Amino acid sequence: MEPAAKLDHNHQLSLKEFPYIIRWRDDRCKRCGRCTAVCPVKAIEPTVKVQRVVLSEGPVPTPTAVKRIVHIVEQVTDIDRYCTGCGTCTLVCPNEAIEPEYNPQNKFLHFKNRGGEGYKRGGRRNDPAISTLDRLKFTRISMLTDPALDAGRHEFRVRTLLGRILPADALPLKRINGRLAVDSDNGKFIPPVREIFPIMIGSMSVGALSPPMWEGLAMGVSYLNEVEGLPVVMATGEGGVPPRLLRSKYLKYFIIQIASGYFGWDEIVHAIPHMVEDPAAIEIKYGQGAKPGDGGLLMAQKVLKLIASIRGVPQFVDLASPPTHQTKYSIEEAVAKMIQSMSMAWGFRVPVYPKISGTKTARAVLNNLARNPYAAALSIDGEDGGTGAAYNVSMDKMGHPIASNIRECYLDLVRQGKQNELPLIAAGGVAKKGNLAANAAALIMLGASVVSVGKYVMQATANCFGDEYNRCNLCNTGKCPRGITTQDPKLYRRLDSDKVAERVVEVFKAANVELKKIFAPMGRSTELPIGMSDGLSIDDKAMADRLEISYAC
Amino acid sequence: MENITALETMKEGHDGSGLGLTMKDLGGEFENMKGYPILSGICSKTGAKILDEFMDKAGFKLKEIWAPKIKPVKGMTPREHYFARVYDYPASYKHKAIKEKEDLLMNMRLALRKIGEPDGSIFVFSFYPDVLTLKEVGDPLQVADFFGLDKADIKAKVVFAQGRQNTNYQIYLYACHPFFIQGYSSMTNGENTAFVPIREFLMSRGVPGYIGYNSDSEVFTHILHYTVRQLGFPLTYYKDVITPLKEAEIELREDRDALRLIKHSLRPLCIDGPNMVIGFTPNGTCFMVHDSKKLRPGVVGGVTGKYALMSEECGLDSAIPGRNKSADIFPMKYDMVIVKPHAEEVMVWNQLQN
Repeated sequence: MEPAAKLDHNHQLSLKEFPYIIRWRDDRCKRCGRCTAVCPVKAIEPTVKVQRVVLSEGPVPTPTAVKRIVHIVEQVTDIDRYCTGCGTCTLVCPNEAIEPEYNPQNKFLHFKNRGGEGYKRGGRRNDPAISTLDRLKFTRISMLTDPALDAGRHEFRVRTLLGRILPADALPLKRINGRLAVDSDNGKFIPPVREIFPIMIGSMSVGALSPPMWEGLAMGVSYLNEVEGLPVVMATGEGGVPPRLLRSKYLKYFIIQIASGYFGWDEIVHAIPHMVEDPAAIEIKYGQGAKPGDGGLLMAQKVLKLIASIRGVPQFVDLASPPTHQTKYSIEEAVAKMIQSMSMAWGFRVPVYPKISGTKTARAVLNNLARNPYAAALSIDGEDGGTGAAYNVSMDKMGHPIASNIRECYLDLVRQGKQNELPLIAAGGVAKKGNLAANAAALIMLGASVVSVGKYVMQATANCFGDEYNRCNLCNTGKCPRGITTQDPKLYRRLDSDKVAERVVEVFKAANVELKKIFAPMGRSTELPIGMSDGLSIDDKAMADRLEISYAC
Repeated sequence: MENITALETMKEGHDGSGLGLTMKDLGGEFENMKGYPILSGICSKTGAKILDEFMDKAGFKLKEIWAPKIKPVKGMTPREHYFARVYDYPASYKHKAIKEKEDLLMNMRLALRKIGEPDGSIFVFSFYPDVLTLKEVGDPLQVADFFGLDKADIKAKVVFAQGRQNTNYQIYLYACHPFFIQGYSSMTNGENTAFVPIREFLMSRGVPGYIGYNSDSEVFTHILHYTVRQLGFPLTYYKDVITPLKEAEIELREDRDALRLIKHSLRPLCIDGPNMVIGFTPNGTCFMVHDSKKLRPGVVGGVTGKYALMSEECGLDSAIPGRNKSADIFPMKYDMVIVKPHAEEVMVWNQLQN
């Protein structure tokens, strides 16, 4: 009888517990070793094995059992080197001999807590189900009752406003000879407002992203503004801003984020006197949809020289932002002060708004901001938002879906008559299935003024492998096989920043066309259909009731 | 009656779902009652009783009742009372400012609507000095015949008539154009695709009169009222509110700074559908404006003292055949045609040139 081998050591796992199982084909493999070399987690390794083979070589059958030494590629059963399913091996294999296969029966989470540490990863909530956003349909079509618009021929203005908007009856206007003019003697503060494209790139920091990735996004955004005339803005995330950008004319396309770690802010504040343009806005991050209650986290392995200098910290230390701002103890006082301080830094010429994670308490925050004349917007990041590093439990289980959260906030503003005064920015899970324009339009019709998108941008512009089956999601480790979320030059040399920029341009141009294709048959072209809830339906009665839209089946 | 005949010539453009008539600057038997508010509406016998009691209690004294002489028309069942009642203000209001009087009149109309709407016993369309409204569901020519308008001695300098009431919503008396609020009236051609956000915005302005919305076109009247009366903007800014200019176009205007603020603050009031709006203001100025793409037709023409604003040329031919047709105005997307009180002068205001 064979010895029980692995059974004698019961802590050993079988491949069945793993989320991805490598399918390796002996007959195709030429043993070049590329797959094992490139695997970011060393989940596969070349191995030598002794095999018993029955051979018959003579003219008549003479089966003989021989033992042979073979070279194979084998998946390891070490939980720390689990196959993430990224498929880099498949990508480099010249013979299509290897491929990871998703194992729906896996018990990965049962074991991924070695050393008493919860499982940490990047990516977003692992839930491949169809999201609410993808269930929303546009059902109000102008056709025979009135001519629909032509997305190709008619003039469209797909723009929105970012910034606090004064109610019409509070505008400092005076009448001169039958015309209206701004009454400058009135002394009333007119808040800064930016006219932007309604989809923006959400906060992803220098540091979380590799230099070519961040640079590619920045170049793409600048090109969209300067050449294509599409005023797309991008939020920097908490991690400072490259010094050259701070002093460039392109700064106006960037929303600078300040979060609880204040990383990079010493450099930003010192650059203010040298700035030739104001930033698009300042985002104060109080929460993030992907990991409510957790601060930002940049692992030590990603804090290399460049990142350390931009953030103003030593190299190779974990950069954990606290879960909350240390100076904050109440929204009434501390948040208001922070909004005012940031406004003051740029002479009240820059919109300043807070970002929170989706929550049942969003309306309380909203109502407070509605009463604060300096609050420029409220950004709500739903549970499906992405992150570079977080506990799996935070990502999978914490947070609030964006659809009902944004809707209830908008309707709350409607009840107060302030729906046009405080723009809502919706984020979290937009384009999870690739439907960027449709998800954005749905959120706008539920009441959002701006839609923010991050994870999709990484996927669409840099081919990020990550998905909701926990594929790859290695952003936190600095070993991103695509070179998107790493500071290792050996990895990020794989990413071409020009190609990223090109894709950013393509993505937004296509989204612009698709938004028109949605708005045109609904008869909307001049102003964004914010809160046009009669245009939406959903195939679930309970959801329809909750969102106060119609049910269609 | 010539207005209705004009409507008839344009019948391919309406579905005969109703007729609404709003008349201003009245003559005939209303000539000498300019300062007294006229309550226009329909009620049942019980409704009439309730109405009388209500008005009496509020201190309004009935001065005069006018009713159309109903002619039996096949297919139309007459309601019990169609009326225009002239009242005198309660003693406490006689010397109050016009704005306060207007608020009182509007609140009275709203209260009557609230009382009468659930059981259909009272419908009230306008309550304002020198303005009379008649509405009924049915084919416009038949309704005109039914009201005996061909023989009626009623005269008015401004007559608004619309022969179609609703496309996307229920056929209902309160959905019938023209709509009226505190001296401002409008009627519209076309579907209002931005109806819901506009309605939500208006309803949250704190103005009690911004209710109803049985028709998506009622918001056009309320936007007019909000822009001109509530915000105190000159009339031309109505065009800037409903069809705001692009940023580059705003730059061309002298009042660009004010315009930019208005565009931002009144963003939800931008109309987006294919619409043509005809309206009047309390001083008797009439106007016509289009949506920003001019997806709906509209024409203004006539002779000094008599101008017609029509959705189609054939209607104009029927109403004022003897005019110089080459001087007809077809307003384009940036234009607002303004007919001054008493039809003294017509001007075209251009949004780009201000």
